[in-house]
Amino acid sequence: MNVLVNRRRMLGGLLSLIALGVAPLKVLARVTKAFQATELDGVYAELFADMEIIESADIKMRIPDIAENGAVVPVSISTSLENVQSIHVIIDQNPNPLSASFELTDSSPADISTRVKMGKSSVVRAMVKTVDKVYMTQQQVKVTIGGCGG
Amino acid sequence: MNRREFLALLSKAWIAASVSGCSSLRPLRAENLYQLAPFGQARILHITDTHAQLHPVYFREPNVNIGVGSAAGKFPHRVGRNLLDAISTAAPADIHALTYLDFAEASERYGKVGGFQYLRSLIEQLRSSAPGSLLLDGGDTWQGSGTALWTRGQDMVGACNLLGVDVMTGHWEFTYREEEILSNVRAFNGDFVAQNIRATEDALFEGVEVYDEDSGHVFPPYTMKQVNGKSIAVIGQAFPYTPIANPRRFIPNWTFGIQEQDLNALVERIRGSEQPDAVILLSHNGMDVDLKLASRVSGVDFIMGGHTHDGVPVPIEVKNAGGTTVVTNAGSNGKFVAVLDLDFGRSGLNGYRYQLLPVFANLLPADKAMQAYIDKVRQPYADVLDEKLAIADTLLYRRGNFNGTFDQVICDALIQELDAQIALSPGFRWGTSVLPGQAITMERLLDQTCMTYPETYVRDMTGTEIKTIMESVADNLFNIDPYYQQGGDMVRTGGMNYSCAPRASMGSRITDMQLRDGRYIEDSKTYRVAGWATVAAQSPGEPVWDVVANYLRDKQVVSVDRFETPRLKGIAGNSGIADYAGGISG
Repeated sequence: MNVLVNRRRMLGGLLSLIALGVAPLKVLARVTKAFQATELDGVYAELFADMEIIESADIKMRIPDIAENGAVVPVSISTSLENVQSIHVIIDQNPNPLSASFELTDSSPADISTRVKMGKSSVVRAMVKTVDKVYMTQQQVKVTIGGCGG
Repeated sequence: MNRREFLALLSKAWIAASVSGCSSLRPLRAENLYQLAPFGQARILHITDTHAQLHPVYFREPNVNIGVGSAAGKFPHRVGRNLLDAISTAAPADIHALTYLDFAEASERYGKVGGFQYLRSLIEQLRSSAPGSLLLDGGDTWQGSGTALWTRGQDMVGACNLLGVDVMTGHWEFTYREEEILSNVRAFNGDFVAQNIRATEDALFEGVEVYDEDSGHVFPPYTMKQVNGKSIAVIGQAFPYTPIANPRRFIPNWTFGIQEQDLNALVERIRGSEQPDAVILLSHNGMDVDLKLASRVSGVDFIMGGHTHDGVPVPIEVKNAGGTTVVTNAGSNGKFVAVLDLDFGRSGLNGYRYQLLPVFANLLPADKAMQAYIDKVRQPYADVLDEKLAIADTLLYRRGNFNGTFDQVICDALIQELDAQIALSPGFRWGTSVLPGQAITMERLLDQTCMTYPETYVRDMTGTEIKTIMESVADNLFNIDPYYQQGGDMVRTGGMNYSCAPRASMGSRITDMQLRDGRYIEDSKTYRVAGWATVAAQSPGEPVWDVVANYLRDKQVVSVDRFETPRLKGIAGNSGIADYAGGISG
């Protein structure tokens, strides 16, 4: 994963996103129901049906242990797993647990970065769907009133 | 100053001390304390969390510093006799330096600790017996006094330059405005390092000033230093939760975090490309976070830590996948200088010796150049600082997981002056002590309150809101996973007391919240609450020191009749608590 972004690279990245922009919109429509689900079970049912979910050390998720600002929590997920179809960010305690879905094409690297909104402390799950299995890693992220640093 | 001159001065210092009634201090004592037998080839000196205390002070160590989970019973969570039981020997002076035991009496006998003029004498001596020594400063150096606030940290930059600090990292340094911080760092003669501070992506896009535009690092992540021919890598670890524990509005373009993965990669890179003889992490994580980090990151030889103000006399060895990392913490307020001597053999680092030296002002000569500098810095503000606001009828201190007596005075003042039912005061770990019978000067009050967001507030809060605040702060202190702790102490309360179960989970630690008249706090009822140091947005009221100063001037003599410290549950036998006034059940 490359989080090292300078202005030139960021502009380049933005341009390629615009070029790809049309395809993901179509796929997004398919996960609308998953975004509307209010329970973790509902999200799983819509996205993965009955597929097995396996915890995997091959998924790297980078997210703060304590959010600096719950309104914009940066999260990056990458994986060395093969044949990745989609990557999903799920926040158990959010009113709608599914926060982000990325449908990947064959040529896109399994390496995403986004920002999610968190109302309160929660487990955050990075889910990677391949052709036949779903893999997951998770981390507790705390959203706290601040203050009282030593 | 060479060694002979230093020893001559030491014996003079003893004479002065004995004339002033310190007859139990023998001249050998000072020499035993500060003359170290030779060891190894490279010396690292470490100070941390001096909180801008240019002059010597009194600082009472806590009688409550509870460890939960696997931290229970272990350093740094041992207080008083429990701490002494865990070390092999402790001379009377060490007992005084490391514990709260008989604090007022022992303070009369041993005098004040720290002070940059005494720190400089001691550091010069330690340097002269080990040429090329490296001086590390763990941060929280540029905040904590009136003069530091009024000069926006610049007085301390000057003092650090005179002291010869080689490398530092930070925390409260970041409570000035971004441009002031960068200007202070430019004026600092040493290297200011932090592997875990980057500009946000938005800020990089806007083109804010950074050290490395590709990585986004605001400061160099590490520096290489030659110490007597040995190549030492010093990596900086700033306080990871600065934008959460302190106002983000002062540093909107920067993002922090522990950044364990980055640290792992950085250590690997340094080991590969710089061929260091040793790797040191200069850390402001706090000791519990450092201990966890040490178990998960390989390749760091020493983590020299601060933040949690733990004067830990012994180094803690932590095993990890790559070997062993030694974790230390060097207290606060200039009370200690840590001396790490490294011995190298053919195959690299062979061994080490770690000593935490207490800095007794009575036992050390005052460095002339530093004394002159301090006098010059203080002179324009002397009238304000020296004002005697009231006499302390009892020992006043702050440090400890729950209320200190000085906090009680602050809470009492907020309640009276702002006409509130309840006062909340933050559990900072800085703030010096005042002995019984001594004057509380404006300088001592500023020691407790001096910061860049001191504004007070008074507003209505529901019982539920109060409970949410209490639970949230308790979780920052007692979360079983150190990575979710922020290293401060519990918020102090006045006008209200409660029960606290540190080992319970978030949401169920705080119970029985009661007003002074005995009425229980009701969830939906509203209460008039006063406080200060709001992190989210600037509060509208006067600075807290003005509010408390008014109260003290009226009182003239201050005692603590009602000490509102909570009843504790479920921590009987914990070695992090002793002589506790609030009561312990279970």
